Amino acid sequence: MLKIKDLHATIEDKEILKGINLEINAGEVHAIMGPNGSGKSTLSSVIAGKEEFEMTQGEIVFEGEDLTELDPEERAHRGIFLSFQYPVEIPGVSVTNFMKASINAHRKSQGQDDMPANEMLKLIREKSELLEIDRKFLSRSLNQGFSGGEKKRNEIFQMAMLNPKLAILDETDSGLDIDALKVVAKGVNKLRSADNAVLLITHYQRLLDYIIPDVVHVMVDGQIVKSGGKELAHELEERGYDWLRPENAI
Amino acid sequence: MELKDKLISSFLAFEEACDVDSDIHNLRCEAIKEFETMGFPSKKQEAWKYTSLNSVLKYDYSVFPKKEDAIEYRDIKKYLIHDIDTYNLIFIDGIFSSHLSQTTHDKIDVCLMSSAMAKPKYKGIIDQYFNKIVSKENGFNSLNTAFAREGAFIHIPKNIAANKPVQIINFATGNESALMIQPRNLIVVEENAQIQIIERHQSLTDHPVLTNSVTEIFAAKRATVDYYKIQNDRPSASLIDNTFIDQKDDSNCSMHTFSFGGKLTRNNLNFYQRGEHIDSTLKGITIIEDKQHVDHNTLVHHIFPNCESHQDYKGIFAEKSTGVFNGKIVVEKEAQKINAFQSNNNILLDDSATINSKPQLEIFADDVKCSHGCTIGQLDEDSLFYLRSRGIPLKEAKALLMYAFANNVLESVKIPEIKKRITHQIALKLGVSLGFDL
Repeated sequence: MLKIKDLHATIEDKEILKGINLEINAGEVHAIMGPNGSGKSTLSSVIAGKEEFEMTQGEIVFEGEDLTELDPEERAHRGIFLSFQYPVEIPGVSVTNFMKASINAHRKSQGQDDMPANEMLKLIREKSELLEIDRKFLSRSLNQGFSGGEKKRNEIFQMAMLNPKLAILDETDSGLDIDALKVVAKGVNKLRSADNAVLLITHYQRLLDYIIPDVVHVMVDGQIVKSGGKELAHELEERGYDWLRPENAI
Repeated sequence: MELKDKLISSFLAFEEACDVDSDIHNLRCEAIKEFETMGFPSKKQEAWKYTSLNSVLKYDYSVFPKKEDAIEYRDIKKYLIHDIDTYNLIFIDGIFSSHLSQTTHDKIDVCLMSSAMAKPKYKGIIDQYFNKIVSKENGFNSLNTAFAREGAFIHIPKNIAANKPVQIINFATGNESALMIQPRNLIVVEENAQIQIIERHQSLTDHPVLTNSVTEIFAAKRATVDYYKIQNDRPSASLIDNTFIDQKDDSNCSMHTFSFGGKLTRNNLNFYQRGEHIDSTLKGITIIEDKQHVDHNTLVHHIFPNCESHQDYKGIFAEKSTGVFNGKIVVEKEAQKINAFQSNNNILLDDSATINSKPQLEIFADDVKCSHGCTIGQLDEDSLFYLRSRGIPLKEAKALLMYAFANNVLESVKIPEIKKRITHQIALKLGVSLGFDL
């Protein structure tokens, strides 16, 4: 589904990603772990198309199509979703209206008409129940005054609404208490199917107790230095990251 | 002939149609002399530094329009807030249109300045209030007083809340090759009375129009005035809008100004707080493009203690448009325990757009809370990326962010139909369909 080959990316002439290779197939859950500043969030932003970063080398291919020249919205229309570490506040636009704008923009890109109101309502009800979101919450301005946990839950709600092929969850577990974490994990697990994939970006293995990954990658200094099964996450939790730094390699 | 000279000589002809023995006419005669001395403001004056009138004053304006044009309701319906019941004072080329208007003398007076000036019944009010708070700082006010004859006259007696809002709309038909209109409004809201007003100036053709409007508003003790100015005129029409508000104890006045169009718009908005526990609100949204120019010049004069003022102006400027915000707050020595807030935030969408923002605080009391803030920026890239990553295309994403930026000004709008209309205008202005009704 997603093939990243020798990806290099810079911001303001500083190289952050230094040759990433990653392949994710439909039906898989991958986790990328690594210390602060290793480039994990940059990778997720680059896949989603953030223009601030410049791809200097390599390629990102999604379902056989080179993403390089596509705008962020075009990538979204093709089924890529990024759950943000720091979601943006939009005063005056309710969660519901924002979802309508988003879903209808997706439909428009497929040449479809706006989703009928009753269908929209049904979808919103179903997904908000899944994520245990109060109806009142949906009429609040998007992310405005939301707690850290509410923002993350809202991101996963949006993901559930849009039903993406590839969901990238950037530090979705940070700022969540254990109950909220379980709800979020339930939402993500519900989305998992043979046709889509999930890429988890995280510091801690805690999230991986609830969303079991097929593959765990370790990212250090802009490169994936080790990949393995879910047991790698536990090893990292015990030993930290230092043993994987290139300068410490034997 | 220069416009100034033309206006002065027109005064003689104007007088012929006036009651020259009235007290008002004495005021007019004084005013034309003042105008003769002052003339039009120039950029040399600090308060007009960023607003050049050259492009507006160059036309040979007619001062006396021909007779009322046959305009039908269907031609103007879209300029009215027509989905709610209102009193309407409709003027066409400065002349009252009785068949388009709805006036009243039932408990409250919503009628014409010309008839109020003529009837003995209103002499008391006119003597007490007319031309009492108009500043003589610039020639426009004196010019308006000199030619003061028509406009809105609204009187809400003690303890009465008007049963519906009043719309005051001045249309220019463009029958003249260039027309100058000078509406003069007087609004007196007595103790514990309430009124909502919507004001608009609208040209119907592409001929140059210059409107020089003066509105005096008096809010007595515990009175409430909720006022909306909708400025979305054609690119050939300019407006000098002068509003003076006098507030007494415990009164509450708010002014929302929505500036979306017109060639040059200057809003001189002056609040005088003459009492305690007064609340004054001044808010505005400006969204302009092309070579449009909008200048907000506000004054809040805190004279007595324990009062509040809230100012919040948002501006979005595209292409070669220019904006000015000049917000002056004066707190007199006796005016302790004042809360005065002022905020002016601007987004420049293009490098060619300009905003000049200048807060002016003159504080002579020592126990006051005054805050002011001014920002000028572009749309936030991270926010745009967030919206685009949800599939919302760039143009729509920008529109949503601009809406969000302007939104807190809309929150205090108390007439839902206006809020709806303005929201729609914003979307229209930004050229997008947002995929939902805001």
